[in-house]
Amino acid sequence: MTVTARQVEIGVFAALLGAMLVLGFSAARWRRPHSLHSLEEWGVGGRAFGNWVTWFLLGGSMYTAYTYIAVPALVYGVGAAGFFAVPFAIITAPLAYLISTRTWSVSHAHGFVTSAEFTRARFGSRGLAALVAVTGIVATMPYIAVQLIALQAMMKTLGVTGEWPLTVAVILASICTFRSGLRAPALLSIAKDVLLLWLVLAIVLLVAMSGGWSAAFRGAGERFTNDVSPASGLLLPEGGWVGYLTLVLGSALAIFAYPHALTGILAARDRATVQRNAAALPVYCLALGLVAMLGFFAIGQGVRPVGGDLNTVVPQLFHEVFPAWCAGIAYAAVGVAALIPAAVMSIAAANLFTRSIYREYLRPGASPREEARVSRWVSLLAKFGALVFILVLDPQFSIEFQLIGGVIVLQTVPAVVLGLWTAWFHRWALAAGLLGGLGTGLLLLYLVPQRAPDGRILKAHFGGSNLPLSQLGFDSRSAVYTGLVALAVNLIITVAATLLLRALRVPAGPDATHPTDYYADATTTAPRHSDALLDGPTRPRVGAHAAR
Amino acid sequence: MPELGARPARQGWRWLLLIPILAPLPVGLYNRLEPQLWGVPFFYWYQVGCAVLAMAVTTLVHRLTRPGR
Repeated sequence: MTVTARQVEIGVFAALLGAMLVLGFSAARWRRPHSLHSLEEWGVGGRAFGNWVTWFLLGGSMYTAYTYIAVPALVYGVGAAGFFAVPFAIITAPLAYLISTRTWSVSHAHGFVTSAEFTRARFGSRGLAALVAVTGIVATMPYIAVQLIALQAMMKTLGVTGEWPLTVAVILASICTFRSGLRAPALLSIAKDVLLLWLVLAIVLLVAMSGGWSAAFRGAGERFTNDVSPASGLLLPEGGWVGYLTLVLGSALAIFAYPHALTGILAARDRATVQRNAAALPVYCLALGLVAMLGFFAIGQGVRPVGGDLNTVVPQLFHEVFPAWCAGIAYAAVGVAALIPAAVMSIAAANLFTRSIYREYLRPGASPREEARVSRWVSLLAKFGALVFILVLDPQFSIEFQLIGGVIVLQTVPAVVLGLWTAWFHRWALAAGLLGGLGTGLLLLYLVPQRAPDGRILKAHFGGSNLPLSQLGFDSRSAVYTGLVALAVNLIITVAATLLLRALRVPAGPDATHPTDYYADATTTAPRHSDALLDGPTRPRVGAHAAR
Repeated sequence: MPELGARPARQGWRWLLLIPILAPLPVGLYNRLEPQLWGVPFFYWYQVGCAVLAMAVTTLVHRLTRPGR
């Protein structure tokens, strides 16, 4: 019996993925905490991750499989406009140096595991915190779903059809997270990056052996000149920079509002770890830039997507140009890259629910043990919710919801990011601005049509995140990122309402944070709690901390 | 008990971070094909180059503002 290339690919893929899951299971014992029965241990890894682990974890949770699949697919489809993910990822790093160190310090000083708790303490309103938490959860759910779509696209290319393989993968990954908490995705991220490094080297070698980048760009340039779409090309079309720039800025700000990005930051051991990571994170941008340009390479190689699904372009390219065993490794890298962020996102969503809804409204006296238990079950629910979402509904819905998710999570920026520098905003003004921004964002997204390359309207509504300015009555060919417009409306409402509420002398919420909290570090201060219910008594440091 | 999170010294160096934040933003200026590098149009290699710039500047700022220097 001879073994086909496909069987080798599937075999290598399944074996590596299986090995990863075993690693995830054993993660609970990694750095051996006293117990995983508190939210700080389960949900943010005991705040004990050093430089390297934090770097791998942040890379694993922010550079998702969906990025590695959808960005080159977009570049394959439209060219330059799809490259926006690279500058967006780059500017998040210096911004993280400024923003995330403050978030880390204030969260460390008060024992927060989510940004909604910070909002509660800063603006003295549990209603506002619940609103921020719900917005975060709603934005995160479709983000989990698109990770599973990326995994599904790969299985589709491998010829593995049906719903059971995806279901099995999600069940196993969920059990890992349930058992090990944030330690599972952290450990998996390290193993994933070994595979990713292999993939990057393989790509470099492959491109060099196939005529280099000039051949790839020449081929892609020819296709873009000959196709009917005015929007596609090796460069942005005239006026295209507005949409590109607003998308870069909006996406970069949204990262600081997404719950899952914060989870990795809060797991860092001290301020310097966060700062060093901000300096080292752009290494992933190099990998992303390379993978994005694979879209052009795929055009040059004449790769055709499976069944017209652009998300299969990258897996299909691997299949056509790599030896079977190497393609199997590449698939495993992307597969694990899907399961890691799905795990971190479900943990982040669960923490939001537990800290800002369950403990605030349902069981105010919940013990740390009970919090960890609730989070575990909610994280399970979040993943299976996402699975049901894509199995029952058209996967296209998840992609649309993910676009909407980015726009709505951006609306929490005034409370969770600007709030780090000022408590001037009134709690009710922030709530009004958030709701106003959500309404504006949804309305604008509704107005975006989806057009075929020749300009025909394929779908009248929710066709993308960039709104053509002509739609708003401007005489322009440019488009603008809806999220940023909605954020502007949000800020105007917040400022105007704050001025009004202050003029009417409506009492603002008490600010439980102190200016020095924003500089607190692990070496200068023991965790201090704004509220006796928050974490119970200060626990002794465990795990890596105790060892040092 | 040590003072809670004293404001670290020499924070003025953090203004340098504006360089990597602003570098990828003037899209109109780098939206061009030439000069190419290893066959890659300027538009692409410039942006990837910004990642290297971001690493260099952020590392520099971290070293300059490190407490206890």
